[in-house]
Amino acid sequence: MIKKEMIAMLLAGGQGSRLGVLTSKVAKPAVAFGGKYRIIDFPLSNCINSGVDTVGVLTQYQPLRLNTHIGIGIPWDLDRNIGGVTVLPPYEKSVNSEWYTGTANAIYQNLEYMESYNPDYVLILSGDHIYKMDYEVMLDFHKANNADVTIAVMPVPMEEAKRFGIMIVDENRRITEFEEKPEHPRSNLASMGIYIFNWKTLKEVLVAMAHQPALDFGKHVIPYCHGKGSSLYAYEFNGYWKDVGTLNSYWEANMELIDIVPEFNLYEEYWKIYTKSEIQPPQYIAADSLVERSIVGEGCDIYGKVYNSVIGCGVIIGEGTVVRDSIIMNQTQIGVDCEVDKAIVAENVQIGDNVKLGAGLEVENEMAPHIYNHGIATVGERSTIPSGVTIGKNTVVFGTTTIADYEASGLASGKTLIKAGEQ
Amino acid sequence: MKAIGIILAGGNNHRMKELSQSRAICAMPVGGSYRSIDFTLSSMSNSHIQKVAVFTQYNARSLNEHLNSSKWWDFGRKQGGLYVFTPAVTADNSNWYRGTADAIYQNLSFLKSSHEPYVVISSGDCVYKMDFNKLLEYHIDKKADITVVCRDMEPGTNIERFGTIRMNEESRIEEFEEKPLQAKTNTISCGIYVVRRRHLIEVIERCAEEDRYDFVRDVLIRYKDIKRIYGYKMRNYWRNIASVEDYYSTNMDFLKPDVRDYFFRQHPDVYSKVDDLPPAKYNLGASMKNSLVSSGCIVNGEVENSVIFKKSYVGNNCVIKNSIILNDVYIGDNTRIENCIVESRSTIRANSEFVGEDGIRIVVERNERYVI
Repeated sequence: MIKKEMIAMLLAGGQGSRLGVLTSKVAKPAVAFGGKYRIIDFPLSNCINSGVDTVGVLTQYQPLRLNTHIGIGIPWDLDRNIGGVTVLPPYEKSVNSEWYTGTANAIYQNLEYMESYNPDYVLILSGDHIYKMDYEVMLDFHKANNADVTIAVMPVPMEEAKRFGIMIVDENRRITEFEEKPEHPRSNLASMGIYIFNWKTLKEVLVAMAHQPALDFGKHVIPYCHGKGSSLYAYEFNGYWKDVGTLNSYWEANMELIDIVPEFNLYEEYWKIYTKSEIQPPQYIAADSLVERSIVGEGCDIYGKVYNSVIGCGVIIGEGTVVRDSIIMNQTQIGVDCEVDKAIVAENVQIGDNVKLGAGLEVENEMAPHIYNHGIATVGERSTIPSGVTIGKNTVVFGTTTIADYEASGLASGKTLIKAGEQ
Repeated sequence: MKAIGIILAGGNNHRMKELSQSRAICAMPVGGSYRSIDFTLSSMSNSHIQKVAVFTQYNARSLNEHLNSSKWWDFGRKQGGLYVFTPAVTADNSNWYRGTADAIYQNLSFLKSSHEPYVVISSGDCVYKMDFNKLLEYHIDKKADITVVCRDMEPGTNIERFGTIRMNEESRIEEFEEKPLQAKTNTISCGIYVVRRRHLIEVIERCAEEDRYDFVRDVLIRYKDIKRIYGYKMRNYWRNIASVEDYYSTNMDFLKPDVRDYFFRQHPDVYSKVDDLPPAKYNLGASMKNSLVSSGCIVNGEVENSVIFKKSYVGNNCVIKNSIILNDVYIGDNTRIENCIVESRSTIRANSEFVGEDGIRIVVERNERYVI
């Protein structure tokens, strides 16, 4: 009989709407990160590095790029005879067909998948965090405590604790209470959304709570387990962990990679991060260019100047162009004599010549200030920006734009220009 | 595809000096991210040749490591695959490969058990791109027994180290001289051939009976009057790596926009083993001028007109000019390197100076390395 001690279920179906246009065509786990990676590479690499070789990836929102990226799991060595990676989209059943309505509901709909591996433990992961973690150590902790459920937590500054699910633990790390986004937090241990369940416990809860609409781990499953007196433990993680749920945190996490010895170091031999490499040639840095404090992906041609930036694979930056404090994703082309300042430019964007991006003063975005803020100019994937336009801060551009779309060849700070119809 | 591929990758060359001590020429790193055999392998894969045999002999460790999986070139298929044949002691043979023809003879069962009607043979130390379908079409069109790919070399090339060819107006080869003392033409053989499989088996068996071992001398030259041997001219970029100077200039060619465009941007791509390295990183003080840099590198110093291969580290205040830094090299602070080829896995101490005064200097430094 097939037997896996622990299998992982990776939740990758969310849209991540706070990333704005970056996730209008792809699910958040498939968003590019750090020059050549995609966000989902981190949990997938963690799995294989921790010896977890059976991973179900639950997809729902815009899964095309995610599916192509994962394929049969070759880059992560997850192409296995038994186990490996399996993409699990919602599917039609004879009765009660539905989308994944919540995190735990998605897991519930795949009980059969988990059952087929006869696991002792199930690891629940989400596909939107940047971190390196050995799940095996967490499992050892789980076993040593004879826990039913172990929740990974990390200490956060007290003033930020009210943004998280907070765990209150006793001296043995057993969870006594928990609060979801409390006004006055009593502890600073924030849940990282990583759980290890005993398979029996998980199955029992999911079946018992199957009828709960939008069944969610944080809101329903954990309180239910706690209420039933299951033993819940908090596993404290002290390494680098970054939620890249907002444009600003996404921008910050990328910028942190540039530090001389970054807290999150991709250059260590130990604990490699794997990804699907589509582009292999080296990068070319031309004679009149300058690249400083930046990381640059494979196959780029850089003729301009790049400071404090993260440049993806296959990017072309024209002569005389200056890119500062920006993230430029794969295959984007920027013309000559442009100025790009604190911008996030998604994949396959064409920017003409003499374009100023992120210019002028900071004005609050008029459409969605909760998404587009911190002065970042955002350009969605496959957009075109014509030559000679000036685009301000806190702006959004998405779609094939022509000079006629810009008032007096400009887009003032805080404005939005979306031509693709839907956001 | 109606052909199988054979890549001759066994050779060594003393003109590569220290560079060939640790690897076969076919495993020499080229163009920042590749090894020389990648160009032949990719061309075969892109021409839909599904079954490829690589014959190795000289110091194949590095090459075998590179060929550890056939998936990089998309060969790992049920129909076909990538085969690596090293000389083996068998019941009726205990020799090394005594020449190219002997290498084929010792693996004749591979040819006999295939069903594809044609064989494309290429040496593994050339840098080029080629559509073998067009070559095969030409071969069939000419009703040739053997087709030899040839190329007119630019004036000034040292022709004498190649095989030179003279063809008649129908492109049939009339003269073929191996490494002539004085070349009569500037057309050289590129070391790429097409031949019908049954025909190859026949001539190779006959060579073996007569104790002849070299494909060029004992097949091409010896049979040129009785067999229909044709030349197929290729006009695109082609370089053969046989000496340190070739190796240096081939790598430096990749700094030219047209060569980069041809290999890196134009379809089809060249594939290589994926190393899972992070993107290159440039710290404060880095200054790059007209250089190629590969993934996994960290640059702190000044680099000009140079090619830096994967996973190398350039320290603070370094000056690197007109040089080739191979894989996984550590260069300590305040070091000056000019006109050099730095061998893979070298560790160069801080405050060193290596300058190639007349010609290219090969640097092999095996110091202790402390990694953070």
